[in-house]
Amino acid sequence: MIEVISADRCIECNQCVSVCPTNVFDRADNGIPVIARQSDCQTCFMCELYCPVDALYVAPDSEGITGITEAELEEQGLLGGYREKVGWGKGRQPVASHDFMVKLAARAGF
Amino acid sequence: MSQPALKEALKLTADVLVIGGGPAGTWAALTAAAKGVKVILADKGYCGSSGATAPSGTGVWYVKPEEELREAAKASRYAMGGKLAEHRWMDRVLDRTYENMNRLGVSGYPFPVDEEGNPYRRGLQGPEYMRLMRKLVKKAGVKILDHSPVLELLADEHGVAGAAGVQTQNGEAWSVHAGAVVIATGGCAFLSKALGCNVLTGDGYLFAAEAGASLSGMEFSNAYAICPTFSSVTKTAYYSYASFYYEDGSVVEGAGSKKGRSVIARNLLAGRQVFAKLDGADEALQPLLRVAQTNFFLPFDRRGINPFKDLFPVTLRLEGTVRGTGGIRITDEQCGTGVPGLYAAGDAATRELICGGFTGGGSHNAAWAMSSGSFAGEGAAAYAAGLGRHSQHRAPVGLSSSPLVHQEVKAGEAARTAEYVEAVQAEVKPYDINLFRTEQGLASSLERLDGLWKEQRSREIQRTPEGVKAREAEAMTATARWMYSSALARTETRGMHKREDFKGSDDSQHHRLISGGLDQVWVKTEEVAKESVLL
Repeated sequence: MIEVISADRCIECNQCVSVCPTNVFDRADNGIPVIARQSDCQTCFMCELYCPVDALYVAPDSEGITGITEAELEEQGLLGGYREKVGWGKGRQPVASHDFMVKLAARAGF
Repeated sequence: MSQPALKEALKLTADVLVIGGGPAGTWAALTAAAKGVKVILADKGYCGSSGATAPSGTGVWYVKPEEELREAAKASRYAMGGKLAEHRWMDRVLDRTYENMNRLGVSGYPFPVDEEGNPYRRGLQGPEYMRLMRKLVKKAGVKILDHSPVLELLADEHGVAGAAGVQTQNGEAWSVHAGAVVIATGGCAFLSKALGCNVLTGDGYLFAAEAGASLSGMEFSNAYAICPTFSSVTKTAYYSYASFYYEDGSVVEGAGSKKGRSVIARNLLAGRQVFAKLDGADEALQPLLRVAQTNFFLPFDRRGINPFKDLFPVTLRLEGTVRGTGGIRITDEQCGTGVPGLYAAGDAATRELICGGFTGGGSHNAAWAMSSGSFAGEGAAAYAAGLGRHSQHRAPVGLSSSPLVHQEVKAGEAARTAEYVEAVQAEVKPYDINLFRTEQGLASSLERLDGLWKEQRSREIQRTPEGVKAREAEAMTATARWMYSSALARTETRGMHKREDFKGSDDSQHHRLISGGLDQVWVKTEEVAKESVLL
């Protein structure tokens, strides 16, 4: 589930509020969005992907809260990792165009 | 809450209203708009991130128009699907999928290229695909209403004429009067947290049934995905490289990602945790797998698990009709439902026409979504255009089976909704009711589900985000009743529908099961088009 919004990184663009399919976030009048309905999070990672400044972290556990902190995330370099893999963000190549897709299909047939 | 009468702030009109902004809905909107009509698309969440397709990669049933290849493609799942697919529909969908995928390339989808420099178009990455679809839909002049779930359809004596709902981010009610409506709300995964599926609660089935449409193939509704116990990532294809073990490291005999899924289920039922590791993927394959399905590895990487070497506990997560094949019955080539002005597409519609009672993966569903979406969009646009100027003067009313109200409902309703959801889940999640079906299990479950429906259907539901959840609970209850009534009627094993008390398939039941009804659920048989038998 979504667990962390980094106040240091967040630029208050509210993109996460817009893109979350299950409406987990609320806009705040002054400040960063709040995780208002955490139990509605379906752990789909879409908010992380759309965050332009890698301020969000969705923990992999869909059934419970892990309690991971921003400091731990920074230390382990976990913020922004998914967006990098999908190849979204300035100067990146979208993974959709990766030639491994073709190679895998030749081997696996899916 | 002070002025309930003022809450209906948004009243719009359109020729075509599309409900749902996943692949089927966006293709419907695009093709309708291309016919020159005014289109509004309402999504429960956000068009671009909502639904089963957006979060991950999917194969696509993209086959070059060469006879041999096409025949092989059609035959590949025909028997597995219990021979309920239809030749003509498979042809149409293969043609339209081919056309649409090529169009995506022209529109800027970054397809990878093979060694000869030819684009490879047998797959799509969900985030990229749906971001592009949103862009194309907007460019086509379609008005998108995000975070705008539907509460009910609107209709008059001539047919369906719009829908009404609530905007979840500001609490305001909305309504759209439209000449035609396309339901593209996806299937029903019963809030099981299968990847991207919690917006898929069978709403469209309920709306269609309330308008008088019927369903087809609802017995093909027991898809379960292999998934780490802690995770939402339900991508079963990669488990073809997995071996399954008990905690002590001994092998679970017969367990597998395809036919061996029942072995996993029986172990889990008996209280024995099953573990997996992808030890069938050699080192050369591993980086390819990582790239093709990036979020498959996300939960492992974040937990410090190497899925190629380490054991991790797995479960079977319910995907219901999302990866099943049942849905709203289609009655013509435009994906009409038999109700004037009402069309259905994607997972909301039956997919039996192209894959019968079984769909092994996303590729058929993805092809069906973009094709049926296109058929429905064009059909709805033509229907709306044919209504002429009289369409301006319609005064349609809401079709919800429960009374929808503006004023506040009594306290404790939210908690009751949560109870109904849990009660339905307790009927559809258990493997010993839904996966391994028996007359006794289905009949006693149906009795409880009928009771749940009765309790809910006279409830007052407020036009608020909380009311949306109440309608979802009703939709899931109704869906489960059509599922189990159909499953009871099919006294054989066919496609994904498995009866423990009728293990073989029965030639005399080579037909479709149509279902419908709200207070009284009914099931009847329908012949499969004759030509399919020739295949």
